Amino acid sequence: MNVPATFAYLVASVFFILGLKFLGSPRTARRGNLFGAIGMLLAIIVTLTDQKIIDTTYIIVGLVIGSAAGIIIARTVQMTAMPQMVALLNGLGGGASTLVAYAEYIRMPESPIDVLISIVLSVLIGAVTFTGSLIAWAKLQGVMRGAPILYPYQKQLNGLAVGVMLLLGILFALDPGQWYLLLLVLLLALALGVMTVIPIGGADMPVVISLLNSYSGLAGATTGFVLSNNVLIISGALVGASGLILTSIMCKAMNRSLANVLFAGVGSEIGPANAETVQRTVIRYTPEDAATMLESAQSVIIIPGYGLAVAQAQHVLHELANFLIQRGTQVRYAIHPVAGRMPGHMNVLLAEANVPYDLLLEMDQINDDFQNTDVALVIGANDVVNPAARSKKDSPLYGMPILNVDQARSAIVLKRSLNPGFAGEDNELFYEKKTMMVFGDAKATLTNLVQLVKQ
Amino acid sequence: MTEALMFSIVIFVLAIFLGVELISKVPPLLHTPLMSGSNAISGITLVGSLIAAGEGHGGLSVYLGTIAVIFATINVVGGFLVTDRMLGMFKKDKKTESKTGTP
Repeated sequence: MNVPATFAYLVASVFFILGLKFLGSPRTARRGNLFGAIGMLLAIIVTLTDQKIIDTTYIIVGLVIGSAAGIIIARTVQMTAMPQMVALLNGLGGGASTLVAYAEYIRMPESPIDVLISIVLSVLIGAVTFTGSLIAWAKLQGVMRGAPILYPYQKQLNGLAVGVMLLLGILFALDPGQWYLLLLVLLLALALGVMTVIPIGGADMPVVISLLNSYSGLAGATTGFVLSNNVLIISGALVGASGLILTSIMCKAMNRSLANVLFAGVGSEIGPANAETVQRTVIRYTPEDAATMLESAQSVIIIPGYGLAVAQAQHVLHELANFLIQRGTQVRYAIHPVAGRMPGHMNVLLAEANVPYDLLLEMDQINDDFQNTDVALVIGANDVVNPAARSKKDSPLYGMPILNVDQARSAIVLKRSLNPGFAGEDNELFYEKKTMMVFGDAKATLTNLVQLVKQ
Repeated sequence: MTEALMFSIVIFVLAIFLGVELISKVPPLLHTPLMSGSNAISGITLVGSLIAAGEGHGGLSVYLGTIAVIFATINVVGGFLVTDRMLGMFKKDKKTESKTGTP
């Protein structure tokens, strides 16, 4: 055992743990991220001084290309595109794990059986993460259609693929001379990554990204087993746990099981499931009506949905909120856990528009305040404010936690059209007497409102 | 099962529990930076990639290792930088005397 290196890796692990701890509060989060980076730098330096490294030519080439690409991506990515960026980074991490494990087999084909098992697992998990993340990236980026692509016997096929891979993996570990067995595992795992993500709809991506995040951590941990390197095992396990927790939070916020997200193909039907509902009319209000209502309000809660981000209207919204605050109105934001395309996405989008984070409140913090609020301003959100989730037992939304907009004294809903949300469920809130529907592009309407409130 | 492997499994299991404890305390406000930051940490595979790329025997394993170095470096550098960029945007309301009504 190389004592100084082992000790340095331990210090790096401590930096990662402290980094994650500091990421838990907005005041210390930036320092936490820096701690993570310091831990990583330390681990890299220690590795480079390892006696096993003889030739650094290829290392330098790799580091230079990787750093340049990393810097460019991080500097230029739009905040709305964060989900696909994280998906891409997940995929690259998984791909690296696969490559390292495969290279280790090529270098030492006669490894002991426990190392061979780790190699199989690392190749498998890494490859699923790699192609799964690339598909998630393509769907979010719009390179691929976001709608679920369904195929028959989905569960059975995927289950079969996993079974076959494990069988091949065991055979390989018993007889590592059969190199094609590992190659087959690799190819099957690459295919499985594609097959598991194509049936998942665009709006379910927060769950998928969280899950892939977890996989990329597990892939790193299994690579740690391959190389008997504890810093990989520790950080891989930390990230694996982090992804799992976020996955479960997202599932709870949508009131769906993980199996339902992965296999149900929700969002594949076009149009509402209950198309026979009676055509009802809503009263269309003008931005002038909405402005009058906002001006007379003492308290306003803003409910931003993904439609706000699509319309790129965060900055205008912030401007409107500022005018209201200057008038003495109490303004707060209510953020549903699944607002946006990844966990916490809406908070980042609003922070980018300079909304102070202490005005951004979680569902549980603000839900009881709606009944004492004059106006709930809903922008580009639908399912997360649909009262059917509380009352209508046969609704696909039933049981999903929602924001209590219907309990506010009045509501203003800015929406593109009356189309039902992702779940295909008509929203009762839009037909209520106290609700003011203002149709149109969110950015145009908000710009209009700013002008009106300013006067 | 070797002693070293047993030891590694112990560390793995304990680290998972530690991860659950740490992450459960992160508020939803910070879930996106948490994800991109932890994502960068999972780029620790870079350590393995460096060894694979630097062993100097030439051949396929070095080439695979070099690609792994590129992938993992993008993961690490891109992940930490974009997390820092995001966290730099989170600001507290300075006008504490204003009537924003935050408790």
